[in-house]
Amino acid sequence: MGSDMAEMHSSPHLKSSKLETPVAVEMVKVNKWFGDFHVLRDIDLKVMGGERIVICGPSGSGKSTMIRCINRLEEHQSGRIVVDGVELSNDLKRIDEVRREVGMVFQHFNLFPHLTVLQNCTLAPIWVRKMPKKQAEEVALAYLARVKIPEQAGKYPGQLSGGQQQRVAIARALCMSPKIMLFDEPTSALDPEMVKEVLDTMVALAEDGMTMLVVTHEMGFAREVANRIVFMDDGQIVEANAPREFFAHPQHERTKLFLSQILR
Amino acid sequence: MTMAEGDLAVTELHFVRDRAIAPKPPPAAMTGAFGWVRANLLSTPFNIGLTLAIVLLLAWAIPELIKFLLVDAVWSGTDRDACREIVQHREIGACWPFVWERLPYFVYGSYPIPQRWRVDAFFAMLAVGVAWMLWLEAPRRGLGAFYFFIVLPLASFILLHGFPLIGLPVVDTVLWGGVLVTIVVASVGIVLSLPLGILLALGRRSSMPTVNLMSTLFIEFVRGVPLITVLFMASVMLPLFVPQEYEPDKLLRALIGIALFASAYMAEVVRAGLQAIPKGQFEGAMALGLGYRQRMRLVILPQALKITIPNIVNTYIGLFKDTTLVFIVGIFDFLRTIEVARIDPKWATPVTSTTGYAVAAMFYLAFCYGMSRYARAMEARLARGDGQ
Repeated sequence: MGSDMAEMHSSPHLKSSKLETPVAVEMVKVNKWFGDFHVLRDIDLKVMGGERIVICGPSGSGKSTMIRCINRLEEHQSGRIVVDGVELSNDLKRIDEVRREVGMVFQHFNLFPHLTVLQNCTLAPIWVRKMPKKQAEEVALAYLARVKIPEQAGKYPGQLSGGQQQRVAIARALCMSPKIMLFDEPTSALDPEMVKEVLDTMVALAEDGMTMLVVTHEMGFAREVANRIVFMDDGQIVEANAPREFFAHPQHERTKLFLSQILR
Repeated sequence: MTMAEGDLAVTELHFVRDRAIAPKPPPAAMTGAFGWVRANLLSTPFNIGLTLAIVLLLAWAIPELIKFLLVDAVWSGTDRDACREIVQHREIGACWPFVWERLPYFVYGSYPIPQRWRVDAFFAMLAVGVAWMLWLEAPRRGLGAFYFFIVLPLASFILLHGFPLIGLPVVDTVLWGGVLVTIVVASVGIVLSLPLGILLALGRRSSMPTVNLMSTLFIEFVRGVPLITVLFMASVMLPLFVPQEYEPDKLLRALIGIALFASAYMAEVVRAGLQAIPKGQFEGAMALGLGYRQRMRLVILPQALKITIPNIVNTYIGLFKDTTLVFIVGIFDFLRTIEVARIDPKWATPVTSTTGYAVAAMFYLAFCYGMSRYARAMEARLARGDGQ
């Protein structure tokens, strides 16, 4: 990891953006429904800058929906969500503003298959940040080097393995120099052999001080990286705690059951 | 004993490969011409029957065609006597002198003879533009697009319609005809229907109720009405509502009618493509902060249009052949000029009509097959690009 950090700091373009406010994300009494189904119930969550939150819970518990609300891929119906001082409302301009500063990595990568790896990474910096093409390419190559696949820059996503695609997706998000990174089950669609390369990339990112919200079932990663683990069930936050306490002394019955299912 | 070993009669539980198996070439029956014939023509009894039937059909049709078009054909002559069995005392095939003589009419219609160089110039300019656009490795394609979409339409209008200030007398569109009209109508339809269709498709998928409703109404109305009705409406109904001095040109009305008609079909083709794009692509683009237009232009449409190429070309081919319907409103397209020429008493023979229709068939086939081949090449190229 040390060499990564050195690489990172030696490159002039790779500087992580500073948050405007000490609080990165604040959710207050957030509620959301899909039709009649109450997916998020009174969610209260405050994430400080530089914090690394792992969100876990059974499927259907609303954890993906919750982080998708942070960059407004899902709309919440009541409550407040403030991202780095900007409250999410129906104002499309503000939403794009927030999305520019919040990177997201998806379960199924969502790379653009008609563009090369390099073009995937430079698209948003060129069109959204109005960065000159040459500079955008330099930045992209630096981040591709950081996720250890600079040699794949000219290939199309379809020619890469799942793990490589997910690392490209991480590089693509980083190219926008986001202040916050959201990960929505980044390793769930990968072959077991490729999970580690993606997790290593995320660990390196965490060591650089990135504010991260990660939905994952990788408890090893949670234990190693998270400041706080948030356990969700039935659209509610059931328990949140530091990893050591969370694993050693789960308080809620539901948490105990969940942990007994996945840790054996 | 563990569960894995169990009570099964495992013959060899422990195995370690000591040398790798080198790849060998496939069996001869799979490769070469023989392999190809076996795999593609004679793979199943049904396939064998089909191959036989097609071979028989071709064996019957091709000699007949060659006989009519070449062997028995008449190659020279000045009037109908050259192509009459009673006069020539032999079996008569295609009457080519009829085609040679009327060829200028088939190409230009009644466009005044001294002004026909203008049509030739238009064809040449169009050919340059089309080649520039279709040849993907061509130099300066940005300039090519500017030429094709801005310069060419203006220059064509000035050339064909006329501009007395620079010494080009006005040629009324009533005199236009033949290949000229077919090409003009088809090009305008082809060039306008795709962008209009894309806008309508995006409109129909829009979450804004007004835009959505208007697009849907337009598409459903135009699709629900035959093209002939649209053309009739444009040429017969419109003059009833518009004062005569503002009445648009007849050809222009047909052009607009066809372009709008084709764009409604195109809209549904493009919409199908948009629907095939996974939701993740929209979300991936959104999460990067791309706005609606950037999302559509940079991420969604390139993929949607790529998968709809076969259908877009299908619509284009249909449109190209539908241009023949403009004869309904009294415009002399290519097919109509053949219709007129074939009943000319000067060339009245039993083979005149057949010859004329054979020429029409070859003309439409050449254009439509050309479009189809180009689309196939595009698809292959794009598939290569994706590495999939």
